[in-house]
Amino acid sequence: MVDFLPARICLLLLGLCVSAATVAAPDIQHWLTKNGARVYFVAAHELPMVSISLAFDAGSARDPGNRLGLAHLTNTLMEEGAGDRSGEQISEGLESIGAQLQSNNGRDMSVFELRTLSDPNVLDTSVGILGDVIGRPQFPAAALERERDRVLVALQRQQQSPRDLVRQVFFKSLFAGHPYSKPPMGEAEGVKAIVRQDLIDFHRRYFVAANGVVAIVGDLNRQRAEQIAQRLVAALPRGGAAPGMSDVSQPAGPRESSIDFPSQQSHLLMGQPGVARGDPDYFPLYVGNHILGGSGLISRLAVEIREKRGLAYSAYSYFVAMRARGPFAVGLQTRNDQLETAADIAAQTLVRFVEQGPTAQELEAAKKNITGGFPLLIDSNSKIADYLMHIGFYELPLNYLQEYPANIEAVTVDDVTDAFRRRVDPKRLVRVIVGDNSG
Amino acid sequence: MHIFGNRLLVLMLTALSVAGCGTLPKQPDSAEQVHETTLANGLKILVKVDRRAPIVVSQVWYKVGGSYEPSGRTGLSHVLEHMMFKGTEQLGPNEFSRVIAANGGRENAFTGRDYTAYFQRLEKSRLPISFKLESDRMQNLKLNLGEFKKEVEVVKEERRLRTDDRPEAQVYEKFMATAFRASNYRNPIIGWPQDLEAMQLQDLEAWYRRYYAPNNATLVVAGDVDPDEVFALAERYFGKLPRRELAPAADVAEPPQDAPRRLELRLPAKVPYLLMGFHVPSMNADDPDNWEPYALEILAYILDGGKSARLPRRLVREQRIASSVGVGYDPVSRLSTLLIINGHPANGKSIAELEAALQAEIERLKAEPVSPQELDRVKAQIVASNVFERDSVFYQAMKLGELETVGLDWRLESQMVDRLRAVTAEQVLRVAQKYLVSENMTVAVLAPQAIGARDG
Repeated sequence: MVDFLPARICLLLLGLCVSAATVAAPDIQHWLTKNGARVYFVAAHELPMVSISLAFDAGSARDPGNRLGLAHLTNTLMEEGAGDRSGEQISEGLESIGAQLQSNNGRDMSVFELRTLSDPNVLDTSVGILGDVIGRPQFPAAALERERDRVLVALQRQQQSPRDLVRQVFFKSLFAGHPYSKPPMGEAEGVKAIVRQDLIDFHRRYFVAANGVVAIVGDLNRQRAEQIAQRLVAALPRGGAAPGMSDVSQPAGPRESSIDFPSQQSHLLMGQPGVARGDPDYFPLYVGNHILGGSGLISRLAVEIREKRGLAYSAYSYFVAMRARGPFAVGLQTRNDQLETAADIAAQTLVRFVEQGPTAQELEAAKKNITGGFPLLIDSNSKIADYLMHIGFYELPLNYLQEYPANIEAVTVDDVTDAFRRRVDPKRLVRVIVGDNSG
Repeated sequence: MHIFGNRLLVLMLTALSVAGCGTLPKQPDSAEQVHETTLANGLKILVKVDRRAPIVVSQVWYKVGGSYEPSGRTGLSHVLEHMMFKGTEQLGPNEFSRVIAANGGRENAFTGRDYTAYFQRLEKSRLPISFKLESDRMQNLKLNLGEFKKEVEVVKEERRLRTDDRPEAQVYEKFMATAFRASNYRNPIIGWPQDLEAMQLQDLEAWYRRYYAPNNATLVVAGDVDPDEVFALAERYFGKLPRRELAPAADVAEPPQDAPRRLELRLPAKVPYLLMGFHVPSMNADDPDNWEPYALEILAYILDGGKSARLPRRLVREQRIASSVGVGYDPVSRLSTLLIINGHPANGKSIAELEAALQAEIERLKAEPVSPQELDRVKAQIVASNVFERDSVFYQAMKLGELETVGLDWRLESQMVDRLRAVTAEQVLRVAQKYLVSENMTVAVLAPQAIGARDG
């Protein structure tokens, strides 16, 4: 028979020991390339591999209003022909040495991620190819037509998914009038209007050294990392950073949209513009959200909606910190006829949290979870590379990871309550529902 | 799609993503770092040391999953997995998760066709918490009627989310039920809706008693740990659990297919979708030297291992017949399985054109050996992936647990790269000729019907 009470006391003791012993955050080295790109580097010699992430401030927020989808198509087409290589030669060149290149874009960033063996020949070849992709894309006309068609199909697929639809409509409504209303993959009309010169111009404007960040983690030394970073952006002019992102305005009053869709479930998203990177409210909001809906099945929303009542598989909330204020959202999905009940409980849970804040006990538990799990955040090269990219892109302090546990520890009940009251107004929620509301 | 998580999906390991997905090999020397023991009660323990970060991953794998369930009882393993968070004689509902969270842990569980697994990721000194809690719920689960009634509704919502409201997932479900006539791989892991409706608490009770025992489980620990300490700790927490009499799964062999099968689903959707599957062998403990699964794995890479592989290169880039295309084959399976090709036609192209183009590629595979360059490229990818995978401690543990739980030997892990590298063009040709034939084929098509939404 297992006795849990003494067990948990012993666990608490263990917990104290552990938080006393600090976990070393990686030693981040930072410099600029000759043409002004910001570089962030962590040496990790245990595995013979190198992870490289490049991020440019060239996400869909930079799409011209009549060319929604330009950032995404630019990102996609850069590896479809660059320098002297065709798209096929690029894929084959990388894959024949086992390297993996992935590109993607969001609202803020256009990202290229390379994983390669650290063998010098392999590394040199992959860096040479990626340098061309970044600096000398050719945007072949035939590839544009093909990729445009593929995007149009992907956009169509989103239209058959209530989950994609609710997100799309929510962002559009939440950020109406702001660049963040522009979806990462664009819209059919804009995608159809794009011509090759648009891609060339977009690349010329935003893929410049001063607008980019290079993150390198792996089995190499500083000197080698410097050479690699230089080669990756060598073909780029210095240029200038993209203009600052305009502030997101709070909706004046509640906004409600409902999309009829022949699904068994209704999907709900409700929220407001939340928090920007580097905002002093970030940590109180992050910890508060952990309690409200950010910690899986033990968060308040999951307990009220799933654990107590079995109304949904997932019920959650999140903040995404972006260049400007990103979304705060509460979401769930439930059988159509239960929507009203579930939505009411979600709204009441949110209102109660905003009005009363967390209990001291909840705050303690959340902090223990976040700080106790800190080593898990940085337990692989790929996770560290991702942190470096975000630290670099949002110009967070170099000791961001070192300070992270202390920043979490410093949050008080009052900080959370105060930050939520100032940032979340339940009377002005943007609310979107997609589902079959005919019954 | 054959793994279901209890929570928001942490693991998106699907049978239908890129070729070779989820089944890539380990470095040749990994066996040196794996330590094994078996407790007197039959619990097998595998420890993989990785000292790169002060963390530990702990996973308990049970030999039970969707393929163990008889007709009319589908979904039992997965619902039981959900109920495993609902408390024991000592712990209240959801308290398991609270204790792990208070210790800085992340935890979840997943149910597959051939396994049910529970895991925690923790700072390394917290491993005893994991063992304490897992050993408790291995024996002392409290199945409460009220909790069950709520949880089965949660699972029905999960099914609506994952399958019923996703036209492509519906096609996949019906495709599996058509390709397999007898094997339990025909059933969805999450269960058929009518089985979820009919499920009783007693069914779960019996399922738990039958399969949750130390001699039906494998404990896999990976991370910055000392193997002997882990063994001692395991003995302390799991050692006293009694061994239980096990009833083997009542497997039904799939009769050979003798004619092509085809189905078309008309559903509200926008984009047509095609699935094409062939019965193929999986790795089998009774015949560990069978080279065919390795040749099939190479074949899957040849078709879809990256953008320069045959299908993306020709069908997407050159001919512009497909908008996307993928190949899935999971040789680490208990029963014989399928090699599945999936795709969406390009804008303006039809399913018939896509299918004809795929057929042409299959005929080519059967007519001429793959080129040395293609084979070299695939092997370079396999060698490199094997290094990249070691960046994830969780994945390393996962591979060991999976092999062991489907009845293979975890030592295979360290041999896979060599076995894959030994595959010849001739062998790829032979498996193509043997298995990629029309009598062995099932094709499922999604024919989109107007969604008919009126804007609200």
